[in-house]
Amino acid sequence: MAEGLATTHEHGAHPALQHHFENMEQQREAGTLGMWVFLVTEIMFFGGMFLAYTLYRYEYPAAFVSASNHLDIKLGAFNTAVLIVSSFTMAMAVYSTQIGRQRATIICLILTMILGATFLGVKAVEYYDKYEDHLIPGRLIPGRQFDPVIAKPGDNDPHKLHLIEGATKENVQLFYWIYFAMTGMHALHMVIGLGIMTVILIMAWRGKFSPEYHAPVEISGLYWHFVDIVWIFLFPLLYLLGRHLEGHGG
Amino acid sequence: MEEFEIPKPPRTNYLNAEYGLKSWLLTRDHKRIALLYLGAVSFFFFIGSLYAMAIRLELLTPQGDFMQSSTYNKTFTQHGIVMVFFFLIPAIPATLGNFLVPLMIGAKDLAFPRINLLSWYIYMLGGVITIYALLAGGVDTGWTFYVPYSTTFSNSYVIATGVGIFINGFSSILTGLNFIVTIHTMRAPGMTWYRLPLNIWSLYATSLIMILGTPVVAITILLVALERLAHIGIFDPAAGGDPVLFQHLFWFYSHPAVYIMVLPAMGVVSELIANFSRKNIFGYKFVAFSSLAIAVLGFLVWGHHLFVASQSVYAGLIFSFLSFAVAIPSAIKVFNWTATLYKASISYDTPMLYGLGFIGLFTIGGMTGMFLASLGTDVHLSDTYFIVAHFHYIMVGGTLLAYLGGLHYWWPKISGRMYPEGWGRFSALVVFVGFNLTFAPQFVLGYMGMPRRYHTYPVDLVSWQVLHVLSTAGASILGVGLMIPMIYLVWSMRYGRIAGANPWNLPGLEWQTSSPPPTQNFLITPVVTQEAYEFASPEHKEVVGRFERQQPAET
Repeated sequence: MAEGLATTHEHGAHPALQHHFENMEQQREAGTLGMWVFLVTEIMFFGGMFLAYTLYRYEYPAAFVSASNHLDIKLGAFNTAVLIVSSFTMAMAVYSTQIGRQRATIICLILTMILGATFLGVKAVEYYDKYEDHLIPGRLIPGRQFDPVIAKPGDNDPHKLHLIEGATKENVQLFYWIYFAMTGMHALHMVIGLGIMTVILIMAWRGKFSPEYHAPVEISGLYWHFVDIVWIFLFPLLYLLGRHLEGHGG
Repeated sequence: MEEFEIPKPPRTNYLNAEYGLKSWLLTRDHKRIALLYLGAVSFFFFIGSLYAMAIRLELLTPQGDFMQSSTYNKTFTQHGIVMVFFFLIPAIPATLGNFLVPLMIGAKDLAFPRINLLSWYIYMLGGVITIYALLAGGVDTGWTFYVPYSTTFSNSYVIATGVGIFINGFSSILTGLNFIVTIHTMRAPGMTWYRLPLNIWSLYATSLIMILGTPVVAITILLVALERLAHIGIFDPAAGGDPVLFQHLFWFYSHPAVYIMVLPAMGVVSELIANFSRKNIFGYKFVAFSSLAIAVLGFLVWGHHLFVASQSVYAGLIFSFLSFAVAIPSAIKVFNWTATLYKASISYDTPMLYGLGFIGLFTIGGMTGMFLASLGTDVHLSDTYFIVAHFHYIMVGGTLLAYLGGLHYWWPKISGRMYPEGWGRFSALVVFVGFNLTFAPQFVLGYMGMPRRYHTYPVDLVSWQVLHVLSTAGASILGVGLMIPMIYLVWSMRYGRIAGANPWNLPGLEWQTSSPPPTQNFLITPVVTQEAYEFASPEHKEVVGRFERQQPAET
């Protein structure tokens, strides 16, 4: 190599520039690409469960419709709306950082966190309902096995499980197993997201971000939107598909 | 070109920049993290080898006189788990790859140094949990964790082992992520994609498999652990579940995982062949893109593990065809390496001996894979020692040999000192002989019907015992052959001859900085003006024109 460039950063380099990057642009690019690659692994992670869902939905359509109809569509729809709005506030947080409005950034981040916490709260209510109805699969909760009360024809009690023709209790359990695995994993990602937002909020509070340096907000935003999009897929698959086939329940 | 002052080798390098345990355990230097991995990976290799020795001892005689069947089940399971998840998968990427990716592309470090360190801690956490499981009572499901045995019937520490492997998976995801981002964004000025050393192309393809496959096996093993915990029936036919779903999910990762093991080995061998032939590799772009082709096709062949597991014959046909197709890029590599050797000035140093050994053994391993990709012969050979021999030719004959070759080749860069060449060549030959004596008889055994995972075989089949004795004798020779480098590499760290920056006199970027390199790798950021493997002789300097300056001989 006959030529060389100086390795030390020129004076006046941004304080957030890490030693092994040449400039802020390279650092931002690396961080963003890193998050995209990570999201690819996340897609594959959820992908295994989507495969299991597809297979068993194909094999046991009646049980899946019955189980799906027992889910609370109003809470699910409300939560979907909450997450979509939180994606908007997150996008606004990124935008406000880019144009250097610190106050707006902080407000948007707090709103995003409140909406995320709301989602988790509603999810907890839903999980509790399932617990009440003995719908937690297997022996996941010791001493409270999967044992829902099956509704007789004409009985409209929403706490009882309404089986349509061809559905068995075991296969309904399979649905709830997938429901809890997928929404549980999604909720875990929400909790991690709230943790990330806390860090970003503190950084914003201390005035770390500027129009020149806003990559952390942008990259956390990517993660937050991804978690929202997973829910956008989960909601129709778990709550909506097949609902038109059966009038009662949920 | 104007004359240019070569910077004097700096007094501080990455090894003596800081001292103390803390400076190692909290380091963010990719070279130090590579050494942390080297230590950990060697430790797990040692554990795995102990299990291998126990297996070969048991099979020396037809009777089960050394172990009972339940102990034997745990022994081969633990051999597989330790070797696959804690040695073969991280071996080349996490040690040589970690050390070399920034050096070979002219960067100061990987893109995310802290994540790199985190990946080592995750690896160690997974390892500690797995070792706990082994010490607490072990696991006997086979490294494949097939359901329903693993979920319902096995009475061993499946959950703890599963959690260990689940955690360990994230370390390879993070390593892959780091490599991809680094290769995309941190190449030195002038280092275009087609100037990248082939080792980098291979590691890039490997990283793609790591980030795409590992999450799937992570969720699969998590489901097995939960299933065991809560008995829900997702893989249990009695509750409507499907055990074959597990096999699909498992092999969707675990077949590509074979390419996680062998692709980096191919990258190392490409380096060895080109550099020790002192010749530009034949068909650079074909070798580079065959790595990507293997990574892509590798994801489409998992069904050949299910030929005898109730998979439909039509799916079997397609998977068989695709399995044959993956042989094409592999063969391209072998042909191009061979063509590179043609009329080259080859030097038979230790790394090259391993490289040449790789070509032969990988070819045998690959060709016997064709037997298994054929629907008909696979029925006969499934679950026999033929399969055991086949994948050991790929994993030991391929990955391990390339790993040893790479370790010797870059040892002067890593440690700053040369290994003893005579001992190196000797042990390379011992490894080659020992390896073939261990596994060649197993092809015959498998063809004759010896099933895998059995600890006894019929007493009256004398030919079987003869072959098993040969195999055990070979394993002993192989063991000796592996002990020798372990001793002299450690010895050479203190007593070896000082290597100098470029002991092999090669053009690659990693040889243009001092040995061991300084913490920031390059005192001046290199600007790349030539292709990889540009070996023009000095008298052709003007004619070639791109080659500006020969590296002065080391003093």
